[in-house]
Amino acid sequence: MHPRTAPDIFLRRDLSAHCGGGRGPFQTCRGLPVENHSLIQRLVARPEFGPFVLLIAEVAVFWGFNHDFLSPQNISNTLAFTVELGLIALAMTLLMTSGEFDLSVGSLFGFSPVLMWTLFNAGATSLEMGFVVALVVAALIGLVNGWFVTQLKIPSFLVTLGMLLVVRGSALFITDGFPQRTWSAEGSWLAQALVGDFFIGPFRIYMSLFWFVAAAIALGYVLTQSRTGNWIQAAGGNPSAARARGVNVNRVKVGLFVLSSVMASLAGVISSLRTSAANPNSGTGYELEVIAMVVIGGTALTGGRGTIIGTVLGILILRVMRNGIVLIGVPGLAYNIFIGAIILGMMALHSWLERRHQAGT
Amino acid sequence: MAEPLIRMRNIRKSYGRVQALVDANFHVNEREIVGLLGDNGAGKSTLIKVLSGAVPLTSGDIFIRGKKVTLRDTSDAIAHGIETIYQDSALVTQLSIARNLFLGREPIKPPRFLNRMDQDAMNTVARDLLKQVGISKNIPPTTPIGSLSGGERQAVAIARAMHFDSDLIILDEPTNNLGVAETQGVLSFVRNARDSGHSCIFIAHNIHHVFQVVDRIVVMRRGKVVADDIDPKTTTVTEVERIITGMSDKDIHDAIADDEPGR
Repeated sequence: MHPRTAPDIFLRRDLSAHCGGGRGPFQTCRGLPVENHSLIQRLVARPEFGPFVLLIAEVAVFWGFNHDFLSPQNISNTLAFTVELGLIALAMTLLMTSGEFDLSVGSLFGFSPVLMWTLFNAGATSLEMGFVVALVVAALIGLVNGWFVTQLKIPSFLVTLGMLLVVRGSALFITDGFPQRTWSAEGSWLAQALVGDFFIGPFRIYMSLFWFVAAAIALGYVLTQSRTGNWIQAAGGNPSAARARGVNVNRVKVGLFVLSSVMASLAGVISSLRTSAANPNSGTGYELEVIAMVVIGGTALTGGRGTIIGTVLGILILRVMRNGIVLIGVPGLAYNIFIGAIILGMMALHSWLERRHQAGT
Repeated sequence: MAEPLIRMRNIRKSYGRVQALVDANFHVNEREIVGLLGDNGAGKSTLIKVLSGAVPLTSGDIFIRGKKVTLRDTSDAIAHGIETIYQDSALVTQLSIARNLFLGREPIKPPRFLNRMDQDAMNTVARDLLKQVGISKNIPPTTPIGSLSGGERQAVAIARAMHFDSDLIILDEPTNNLGVAETQGVLSFVRNARDSGHSCIFIAHNIHHVFQVVDRIVVMRRGKVVADDIDPKTTTVTEVERIITGMSDKDIHDAIADDEPGR
């Protein structure tokens, strides 16, 4: 039958909702209710629980070593860059839930501000128009990624690796490898809206924090509450089953590739406006850090399961780690050792939880 | 008798020079469970694929309640009320029972622009459906499919087909890899589906399972339907096995006429 509208879906609901007459093994009426797990048990079983505990432990340890860790200045500084990477991680969460990922986000982070400033410096567009052009170009790049993956059936790893090189190469080519001239964009309403700062008590807050919170709420809503979210999870979990139910899996994936590119572009522009810099090399390696944030939070690399709350925790875990180990005097070059250890540890935890879950306990 | 629910007439399907179906004639009546039997390569899965829209037929006609239809793809078949359940392929293991039941047809809570699923309504319907299909083990509708047993997954797929008014539910090897108790469960789900007005085609290698549940047995051999009105109540498993492995049609009739039922 054709998809039905909400009201008549329930027409058949009143049919014989009775316990079977004991004709088969599933037809007893007395099965133990499975819904009576305690609140704590349910909290512990959530995929976000592990990352949450890790974050608390991290903060406690760093604070124990150095009380400056929780000073307003340090928190403000850490948050400023955290939300920029975080915007990319939020979009990546949805994309990975649909079973794909995007390695080209780091290159877009560098390319988009370079494009915006180049257009502006050449007098071709206003800064605002340059921003819009940069976002549109990013959307087109996402469209191309999605088209290669869904129409040519090439794994997203290869497609976006190729796109990474194309985009980074373009950024280097149009700038001859030099940082672009930027001016302090304080007067522009665009800069005000994206990175305008103000103080709440002793905390220096950038507008980008609000954009991050808004994006987290919006994408969390999409993933868990909307029907699009159901399609995203189905596309990653069992694409052929989703197709058989009439879900347009390709359109879902292409849309998420576009979202991923646009968010990376937005993050790049925000970062560039905040630091008044447009370096064609910026964003190098961010793709892996972002993917690490997403999987640490509990989203499955293989698709089908994703969590925005987990990603927010994953973002904080990695950024707090980077900030904290510098503050307590561990050489910054050792950072990757800790990140790698966290990834391995969290993956072990998630796979253990997954097996417990599959066993039905 | 009135027009059957499904009638397939002179169905031919060739893959290059290989003739998978040679003038196959097949029908399913309303509220009937048909067992489709045949050795490997007999053409039963090709017949089912044609009927579920998965492969196009080379020639022949399909009628639903006397009206000729063209089934271009699987969603076409679903739109005509024909639902095919393959083991393990139809559900998303990461999603809950309720989310699987409504996948692609999620009810929306107003205001519509928020695109928000009505999860309470989905869970309520799912809970009722699970009872209706015969699971009353009190499984919450929010349970992910991944933590259900094979038989329970079949039940969810059958419940979905029932809820969305599929007239014909095709079950391809629904009892494969299932234990004895689970198999009995699935067979009772199929009976419940028939009792609430749906027809089923039941395909299984295990003839004993087919005998327990179907109203009529159809046997295919070499791309043809060689027997289409075998009554499981008056025919023995051995007789059906002989038809499957191949004897002349006259021998079959003789065998059926001579043998006592129940042996």
